[in-house]
Amino acid sequence: MSQSMPETVQLFVTCIIDAVFPQVGRDVVEELERNGAEVEFPADQTCCGQPAYNAGHHRESTEVLMHNLEVLDRTDGTIVIPSGSCADFLIHHGPRLASGDPETAAMAERVAERIREFTSYVAGQREQASAEETETGDRPPARRAFYHPSCHALRGLGLRREGESLLDSVPGVERVEIEGAEECCGFGGLFAVEMPEVSTEIMNTKLDRLEEAGVEMLAGADAACLIHLEGGLRRRENPMQVVHIASAIAAGRQGR
Amino acid sequence: MGQPVTFRRRAVGEMGTPKPAAVGRAARRFMGKRQWAIDDFTPMEETRDRARMIRLHTLANLHRYLGQFADSVERNGGTVLWAADAAEANRLISEVVGRKEGSLVIKSKSMVTEELDLNAHLQGDGHTVVETDLGEFIVQLAEDHPSHIIAPVMHLTRQDIGALFHERLEIPYTDDPEELNAVARRHLRRFFLSADVGISGVNTGIAETGSIITVTNEGNGWLTTAAPRTHIAVMGMERLVPTFEDAATIVEVLARSATGQRLSVYTNVVSGPRRPGDPDGPDEFVVVIVDNGRSRVLSTDASEILACIRCGACLNVCPVFREVGGHAYGQVYPGPVGSVLAPGLADFTEAADLPFASSLCGACREVCPVRIDIPKLLVHQRVRAIRENDPFRWLGPGLKLYGQAAKRPRVWKSLLAAGRVAGRMKGRDEWFHRLPFHAKGWTQSRDFPAPARQSFRQWWKENRDGT
Repeated sequence: MSQSMPETVQLFVTCIIDAVFPQVGRDVVEELERNGAEVEFPADQTCCGQPAYNAGHHRESTEVLMHNLEVLDRTDGTIVIPSGSCADFLIHHGPRLASGDPETAAMAERVAERIREFTSYVAGQREQASAEETETGDRPPARRAFYHPSCHALRGLGLRREGESLLDSVPGVERVEIEGAEECCGFGGLFAVEMPEVSTEIMNTKLDRLEEAGVEMLAGADAACLIHLEGGLRRRENPMQVVHIASAIAAGRQGR
Repeated sequence: MGQPVTFRRRAVGEMGTPKPAAVGRAARRFMGKRQWAIDDFTPMEETRDRARMIRLHTLANLHRYLGQFADSVERNGGTVLWAADAAEANRLISEVVGRKEGSLVIKSKSMVTEELDLNAHLQGDGHTVVETDLGEFIVQLAEDHPSHIIAPVMHLTRQDIGALFHERLEIPYTDDPEELNAVARRHLRRFFLSADVGISGVNTGIAETGSIITVTNEGNGWLTTAAPRTHIAVMGMERLVPTFEDAATIVEVLARSATGQRLSVYTNVVSGPRRPGDPDGPDEFVVVIVDNGRSRVLSTDASEILACIRCGACLNVCPVFREVGGHAYGQVYPGPVGSVLAPGLADFTEAADLPFASSLCGACREVCPVRIDIPKLLVHQRVRAIRENDPFRWLGPGLKLYGQAAKRPRVWKSLLAAGRVAGRMKGRDEWFHRLPFHAKGWTQSRDFPAPARQSFRQWWKENRDGT
């Protein structure tokens, strides 16, 4: 790690991690700090606005988006978001929704340029620091793990390898492939309750393939997809461990 | 007003049949072939860019190119008829066919004639209509509807088709594709030789030359357009390109995206009726240009969907289409493209729930040969659906509350706190097993995690703030 001033990172934690998985947020903070960042949490942040956007309620979405853009625009430094979907929304849809007047458009562009999705940021940092030491020594027996490349990280931001490389660095994990790895898990935001049976069928296709590949640990960087898949696995009484990649990294380090 | 969520109901019905399994297998097979055909062609990405520019340029200047196309067709000795809607198209086509009563009409594959329900109309007028594309022939025999824009019987297995042929054509049962193909070929041959009128679709019309292009893999398109005395080509008004070279670009990305071929087996170019000295061809060549809602779509923020070249790749790659099959959409054009197009072409409220039949995974955008941002257009159509006839009215109040709370940090915090109170309904394992009202859609098949006792922001405030 360089001796220069630590980089300031603004954490946009996402509403799901905030309300449902605060531990993931803490694991994200820990990993960012290990990479030498000074983490700040703008307290007035809420949600990116995507749920309403995808549902076709654009007035609500735009108002929520604007509030959060203003909150973020008042800060400095890189904005890290531990969700490909929320990051994709703020990077690609934010500027379009905010294009109504030149000032908000410029603000949306400014914010978008500062945003890095978590896996992309950490993988980039590690590359610069010429590779994270992969702990050797006493390893637990390797568990078969799959990295789920969520649709918006994959197709919106072009990310997959980044998250996979982070998973590869976790001790005791053997990363495996499944059939149709890049196919959607069926979550789709409010789609999951608007079309629950169809959402479920798509999920079942994904879960069948995870089971066929003997996956013991499912990691990803989008808590929403993971909730959906874990919720389905629980009904199957399948004990597969489902974790956000930040927590997988933290657990690997602490041997937990 | 409050209308039933028809896609969902149809999808549940379809998912209870063996059809989606057949669709899922075939769709994945198509995508495998497409990948091969794209890896095989180094300049694929540039060609897609060019194809996109050609199509967008044509749409932006559609009226000019339609005028040029009509002039070119007439210069070649053909006739152009304009139809504002399905009723007018059917009437015009009937007039051409009906000059001889009880005509025998053969058809090659055409989605626009499905839009018109042309077969029923012509049969009502006392004509005999025979579909000659193998897939469409099977659909006609089964009194079914196509479930895919290029593979009409994607929802059937060869065993289904064997049983159908056995019953309707009175042949011994076989499910050998070669044998079934031979049976269809023998059955159809006599119609090719005696038909009065051939009706085809148009994959691409060329403004400069007045030609129409159809692409097939069976040769039936060729026979349909060349053997009968009269050829009627029915064309959606947006299916034009300016020049012959442009058409070549379209055909190139079309075959690779659709069937994973370098080129379809037959790329058939028709440039007018038989001229003196031609060995064959029809005496009469009529192009019917159909609007049927397209002008309306062109004036909306979903107009880009008209750039579609009908390859079907967005259907094949769509996780929803793969699970439910084409019939669940209840429209002529299923899948992602149909979910944008159908509500625009039809009375919007009839298909207002289709734009919601997508997880917005983006796979369709990735494979579209002309790079249409289908997810964005689906969202545009959702906005319109909510304005005109919201299929999910029950979500409105919740989203209003969300909108109000999420722009006011203090209210948002109270909402999160309220969520934790509701969290007392959770099970001992910190998960909800049954949620009330419409949220039960989630817990039908999935547990839902309870909110944490301490949110991240509380933890931050208590442990990190001010440090």
